[in-house]
Amino acid sequence: MIDPIFLVEAAINGILLGGVLALLALGLNLIFGVLDIVWIAYVDLVMLCMYAIYFLNAVYGWPIWAAGVASLGLGALLGVGVHLLIISPILTSAPINQLLATGGLLFFLQSFATFLWTTDHKTVRLSLPSYEVAGIFLPATRIIPFALSILAVIALYLFLTRTYIGTAIRAVSQDRDAMALMGANPQRVYIVTSAVGGAMAGLAGALLIIQYSVHPFFGAQFGPLTFMVCVLGGLGNMVGAFIASFIMSEIIAIGGVVISTEMGYVIAFVVFIVMMFVRPGGILARRE
Amino acid sequence: MLELHGITAGYGHFTALWDVSLRVAEGEAVAVVGPNGAGKTTLLRVISGLIAPRAGRITFEGAEVAGHPAYDIVAHGVAHVPEGRRLFPGLTVADNLKMGAFLPSARVHYRESLERVYTLFPVLAERQDQRAGSMSGGEQQMLALGRAIMSRPKIILLDEPSLGLAPVMVLRVFDLIRRVREEGYTILVVEQNVRQVLKLVDRAYLLEVGRIKMEGRADQLAEQDFVRKAYLGV
Repeated sequence: MIDPIFLVEAAINGILLGGVLALLALGLNLIFGVLDIVWIAYVDLVMLCMYAIYFLNAVYGWPIWAAGVASLGLGALLGVGVHLLIISPILTSAPINQLLATGGLLFFLQSFATFLWTTDHKTVRLSLPSYEVAGIFLPATRIIPFALSILAVIALYLFLTRTYIGTAIRAVSQDRDAMALMGANPQRVYIVTSAVGGAMAGLAGALLIIQYSVHPFFGAQFGPLTFMVCVLGGLGNMVGAFIASFIMSEIIAIGGVVISTEMGYVIAFVVFIVMMFVRPGGILARRE
Repeated sequence: MLELHGITAGYGHFTALWDVSLRVAEGEAVAVVGPNGAGKTTLLRVISGLIAPRAGRITFEGAEVAGHPAYDIVAHGVAHVPEGRRLFPGLTVADNLKMGAFLPSARVHYRESLERVYTLFPVLAERQDQRAGSMSGGEQQMLALGRAIMSRPKIILLDEPSLGLAPVMVLRVFDLIRRVREEGYTILVVEQNVRQVLKLVDRAYLLEVGRIKMEGRADQLAEQDFVRKAYLGV
């Protein structure tokens, strides 16, 4: 029998992982919700941002927070770049083309990173404290990313509900022509959406490099999980993705302690497949 | 205020409008009537910039606007209430109205405009937190009108405001438009419901298979034998 304290610790770790996963899933889901396009290479943009932080911090000696802010800006720029260079020219073509194009970007970024920086794992060394609460071990390298993720999710929520441009982002996904009749240039709304989605990738990069080392195939580690969370929550459904992040991270964390880390992922994927049969529209989809 | 000269427009190889000219003076209410497929919707879509004309000129307050993008034309003061209303169904009533005031020039007057809309249509004030898609057809038409007013337009283009509504609601919607008209807005409305719309407007054009067939004062047009037989059924 497993000591219950390990289960509690695993559950807490699941919540902490869920925060960052939610950030990734919401960024991807935001873009999908508005543009109807899945950026297959989303987590590979995160990977680029992680390298940027690594170089700024470990090589050029920037403080980690400054490198993190820079990563946010880089993410936004990458987002706009992906939209203008890859998505925009094929926005009206068949969805499969957009999928293939962002899939191509994924392979390009992976090879590009391998070519420039080899397959070595790069780690940012930080001396952050750990806290022990009632026998449970809580490292700051997990608490800080969680807290900042939740803050970012709240900021995104306020942006989408309180500001004109945020509301326009939600509106343009419902009716592009009607939004043009309101005086909004849809292309500009798409650029803002891509910049926000990219900035979230940048922030996720900053929060992930505190806990994980970066390598060219980092996208393969978190990409599938991020898609699963988005699909499980219902593509384009922000609340669903947020909830699904925590469901998935709990399964992984608890499964990892009860059986083994690999089995945690296996169980998560099995649950995902089963859920696709039970609720193909996502956990929050209304029953027909 | 609004003038169209020799507008030809269509979709792909299909031409929906042939050499259409019309004008709307400031403060006037003008209707374009005609059967289904006459090109009425296309006419409004060309004016508001949702499609570009193949030939012809459109001037609004002296400025050439033909072929400009829709988001640019609305900034000139042209609000288009499209066919089927085209609300943002997942957004609340309040958010739909907020989007009506998206233009920077409208944004600064947001509170004022909102008050005006709520005074004109008190139901919208009661329903501000309701999702637009869950309202009845008549209420949605009200919201569409309110959203157009939020942009502080000089002219409002209305596309088939009575379409898809129950007969009782049709009368109410024409009543709403009358209220908007009394506020002093210039209106260009296209309708199939000829009888009702002719009671509302000053002048009317008859559009048939993409061409203007007749033009005149609303009361005179209603007296024309041709219109009476074809559209009023008397």
